[in-house]
Amino acid sequence: MHRHTLAELSRLLNARKISSEELTSHYLDRTSRHNPLLNCYITTTPELALQQARAADRSIGKATNGPLTGLPVAHKDIFCMDGIRTSCGSKMLDNFISPYNATVIEKLNAAGMVTLGKTNMDEFAMGSSTETSYYGPATNPWDSNRVPGGSSGGSGSAVAARLVPAATGTDTGGSIRQPAALCGITGLKPTYGLVSRYGMIAFASSLDQGGPMAQTAEDSAMLLNAMVGFDKNDSTSLDRQPEDYTAKLNNPVTGLKIGIPKQYFSDNLDQQTATCIQNAVREFELAGGSIHDIDLPNTHLSIPAYYVIAPAEASSNLSRYDGVRFGYRCDNPADISDLYCRSRGEGFGKEVKRRIMIGTYVLSAGYYDAYYLQAQKIRRLIRDDFQHALKQVDVIMGPTTPMPAFQLNELLDDPVSMYLSDIFTVSANLAGLPAISIPAGFAGSLPVGLQIIGDYFSESRLLNLAHQYQQRTDWHTRIPGGFD
Amino acid sequence: MPLDGTDIKSIAWLARLAVLEDEIADYQRELGTILGLVTQMQAIETGAIVPLAHPLEINARLRQDEITESDQRYKYQQIAPETDQGYYLVPRVIE
Repeated sequence: MHRHTLAELSRLLNARKISSEELTSHYLDRTSRHNPLLNCYITTTPELALQQARAADRSIGKATNGPLTGLPVAHKDIFCMDGIRTSCGSKMLDNFISPYNATVIEKLNAAGMVTLGKTNMDEFAMGSSTETSYYGPATNPWDSNRVPGGSSGGSGSAVAARLVPAATGTDTGGSIRQPAALCGITGLKPTYGLVSRYGMIAFASSLDQGGPMAQTAEDSAMLLNAMVGFDKNDSTSLDRQPEDYTAKLNNPVTGLKIGIPKQYFSDNLDQQTATCIQNAVREFELAGGSIHDIDLPNTHLSIPAYYVIAPAEASSNLSRYDGVRFGYRCDNPADISDLYCRSRGEGFGKEVKRRIMIGTYVLSAGYYDAYYLQAQKIRRLIRDDFQHALKQVDVIMGPTTPMPAFQLNELLDDPVSMYLSDIFTVSANLAGLPAISIPAGFAGSLPVGLQIIGDYFSESRLLNLAHQYQQRTDWHTRIPGGFD
Repeated sequence: MPLDGTDIKSIAWLARLAVLEDEIADYQRELGTILGLVTQMQAIETGAIVPLAHPLEINARLRQDEITESDQRYKYQQIAPETDQGYYLVPRVIE
């Protein structure tokens, strides 16, 4: 059953070939067998799942269901879930039972999906490996000595191992796309503002965006349909005409102009990764697209700009964790300052504290102009690079990551090396553009991801191109050994 | 410019983060490396460029000044560390 995509399972459920309860039990069973090795779940919700599954079966029985009714999903533990621990991968929220649902969870519940649990992640979404999680790292099902990527590594690992057919993730600097690439699945970061951030624990508010992580473009489109929508509770939520992201999946590729930035193919790029990407781009050429060299001259500035803007916004967002109203409180605080300083000092992990410190510094008097304001100006330059390029081409393609999954502990002591691995993903967040990562081959036994970046609101096009690629190749159907 | 121990302590105070004496050297080193990464930006001439705060340059939406929320203090305080008669309790603030 777990070899099926969301779309296939939806058809099977509607044809009454299987029930949601059977399907859910199957995945819950797989989860209890494999989670000890993969550690992709922080919290599983089997009772809730079975309740939702039975309700879904009743709805299917009465033909009052939708395309996602009865299908299991896992949520990154950054989405607040009413009555369930929402930890954000942190000791600070280990005891936090959320009193409300994030809008994304409300919407997927309303679509009839069945929640299997909350997936592991880098603490407060800060990381690219899921190693900063208070609950220990998730591992990559393709090689359990390697990272699944981050920060949505638990979601990436769970979908790759088929412990769940699809999951939600969030992406601030690449946290959906990079784990999708390292785990060999499909992950999409939508245009900023399309998916509500209400109840999605904030890291960097001008960069954060929730999105689907699934086996295929078609599955991602189905999920995206249910995730997108105006939300009055999110002041950055966009009010647009609803769109069916599955409608254009079968459009032809003919006439597509593909931009390949020369900055993405330097000596630092892993050779096998480069070969996979070149082959993938060739597939699009064979399907009727044309390749054009483009220039994104400020690419190298995207990492410094991101590592000023994101920590700055994080230092502001994380100031709410003070040991007063919820979350971790230190024992026997001597006075109010001790309460704040020790609750935060003890509740946050090292990477989070590093980023809060950097963020605080770049926003402080005397440094604000040189760092934060400068980074925001660089942000405009990066955005303008894309706008200029997207006048000449329809989409931009390249590797999602400079190398495949690295070993656990390999980059943990060297934060800057970890940061540099985000080089291809952060610019899309800075510019607010949509981007997708799809499986495009292997470097040895490790998956490689192709990233496609489009103009604002071009999700349908990105999903169409990904779907067309997935009709011509089978990388997305591969399941790691031991999980098939 | 490298950060010294006093800088680390000032930043930690602004952020209300307890930093132990034996952690200061690590923070100096790590923050120093990160700031080294970031100094590449300083060389770029950006005088006339307008900073970009929102990627799509859309201003925050406004709404009518009407009450839309209900009092859920009891519910939200269920998960608070210490409360009494609807108040959140903290160590004495004012002497």
